[in-house]
Amino acid sequence: MKVCYKEMCTNFDWSISEAELEFSKGNIINIGWYCSDRICLKGKADKIALFYEGFGGIEKKYTFNDIRLASNTIGSFLTNLGLKNEDRVCLFMDRIPELYFSFLGILKIGAIVQPLFSAFGDESLFVRLENAQTRAIITQRKHLFKVRSILDRLPHLEFIIILDHVSSKPLGKKEVAFDLEKSLPVEHIEIFPTVAESPSVLHYTSGTTGQPKGVKHVHYSLISQYLTTKWVLDLRDDDIYWCTADPGWVTGTSYGIIGPWSLGISQCVLDTGFSAQAWYRFIEKHRITVWYSAPTAIRSLMRAGNEIINDFDLSSLRHLASVGEPLNSEAVIWSEKIFGKPFLDTFWQTETGSIMITNMPGMKVKPGSMGKPFPGITGVVLDPDTHQPWKESGKAGLIAFTPGWPAMMRAYWNNEEKYREKFVNGWYLSGDRASIDDDGYFWFIGRDDDVINTGGHLISPFEVESVLLEHPAVGESAVVAKPDEVNMEVVKAFITLKPGFIPCPDLELEIMNFIRKKLSPIAMPQDIEYMDKLPKTRSGKIMRRLLHAKEWGEEIGDISTLEND
Amino acid sequence: MEKINLDEMKDLILNYVTKEYIDDEDEVITYDTPLISSGYVDSFSMVSLLVFLENKFKIKIPPSKATPEAFDSVNSIVLLVNQYLK
Repeated sequence: MKVCYKEMCTNFDWSISEAELEFSKGNIINIGWYCSDRICLKGKADKIALFYEGFGGIEKKYTFNDIRLASNTIGSFLTNLGLKNEDRVCLFMDRIPELYFSFLGILKIGAIVQPLFSAFGDESLFVRLENAQTRAIITQRKHLFKVRSILDRLPHLEFIIILDHVSSKPLGKKEVAFDLEKSLPVEHIEIFPTVAESPSVLHYTSGTTGQPKGVKHVHYSLISQYLTTKWVLDLRDDDIYWCTADPGWVTGTSYGIIGPWSLGISQCVLDTGFSAQAWYRFIEKHRITVWYSAPTAIRSLMRAGNEIINDFDLSSLRHLASVGEPLNSEAVIWSEKIFGKPFLDTFWQTETGSIMITNMPGMKVKPGSMGKPFPGITGVVLDPDTHQPWKESGKAGLIAFTPGWPAMMRAYWNNEEKYREKFVNGWYLSGDRASIDDDGYFWFIGRDDDVINTGGHLISPFEVESVLLEHPAVGESAVVAKPDEVNMEVVKAFITLKPGFIPCPDLELEIMNFIRKKLSPIAMPQDIEYMDKLPKTRSGKIMRRLLHAKEWGEEIGDISTLEND
Repeated sequence: MEKINLDEMKDLILNYVTKEYIDDEDEVITYDTPLISSGYVDSFSMVSLLVFLENKFKIKIPPSKATPEAFDSVNSIVLLVNQYLK
């Protein structure tokens, strides 16, 4: 579908999406129903919704009718437990089919889905469950030990639902077994009458300071997610789509569940570790046509070399897109050379819920550019001092948007103050910096804060520093981003040791593993530097900025407040 | 470091991987179990495994050789480490 960007922007209105979804203001809108029941009612009940491949070569496929029944069955089970609308139900599991079905089932009963990345350690899990006052968690046996270790600190958590319980093992406190395959399929479930502003999904994201924030989305987000999937990812009825993101993160739900399934598209999920061969084989085997991935993965494929590509038939690929971090121009040029088409960069965030700035099919691609705002989105770059849009092109500033698109977050969970800080002079501040060229294309510069973007995942330096201090050897800590060829940035920690501890490689490894288990592998410092003391201001605040500048070879800037002794 | 034979090296690595990366107590891994492609060890955790190998065997493995394929089983890791042992 070759379309003209200008034409798409002319007379754009979100009612285009509402009309296609047959939604009228004031009516019921339930994402769970839209992604399964409605598709069946449209005559696609027997169409494949999900091709799944997991560890050990396990393969499964499900039709839209299968996912309708599975989500009904899970929703019914949750209702029978006493769970109800607006209760928070956490999904904490690998990318198994039940994850996708539970997502829809929770929404169908009007409860709020809280997806969490299954590699999170116990501390990361705890702060998110505590903040959301989560009532139930659905998980697998392999992740159970993390939940059990924090259970006593979570008074609101009433149910731990285990999907693969074996009868030879006793169930623990608050634990309930649920086996989807052995459950009688539920043909009919009463869909909770959620409306546009009913809460749907609660994703957690990290900021520079404080604990992670719960980003509250509503069912009306579907309006943005449906149309951006259709126009940017260019999905058509006969496409086979692969979104490589984990639903523990927002891409994995907005474009790994809601977008494709609300359009009735067949999608593939590969739940194994990364290897270039495995990915290319997966594309070849399923004849994938549309592929939405991340720069880190693309750079890893580049690193694996071009020779292995000759072993696979990747001619099915029709459209490629990328998200998570800026896509470097080399990766765009490489994909054009190797696949005959460029990866189109898209920019959006957990808070925006849907694609905001993008390269779209039919638009001229400028390698390295983020593209232009999606139709209906007013995106600007603000002068950081005045918070007014720059009038001249090429000026660096803050990426900001006019609030009000359908998928915009509605709140930070229990954190009104932080939510309000995101809006200045009537603009939503993204926290990222960019410039705009003469043709209206955005060019990413970097974050406007200390948050670390590693492989497309945001890491709070504060969160890592806090947990580092829990290690018996660590006296003080400062965490910054370190440049990385594949992940763009990785976590680096500067630490001082308490008396009696001596710097050594084994201690470094111990501290790395400590963070990996408490927080997650992505938060684990990939480099630890021992220091006699950390740079501080005279008032005692650690000057993270100096350490960041050192890592990036940047000018140190004003150090008049640096403590001297 | 002291001379170590291949069997001892295999056991040392297997024990470390089991202790550090296998969360489910019911999971039993062998020398051939895929570690990266099965998702037991992700690309970020691979860095800590690399640090372990470098510390333990007093070697330096170039980043270009620390690939997911080379780290995909205890047996393949042993082959890699062996190349850099003096």
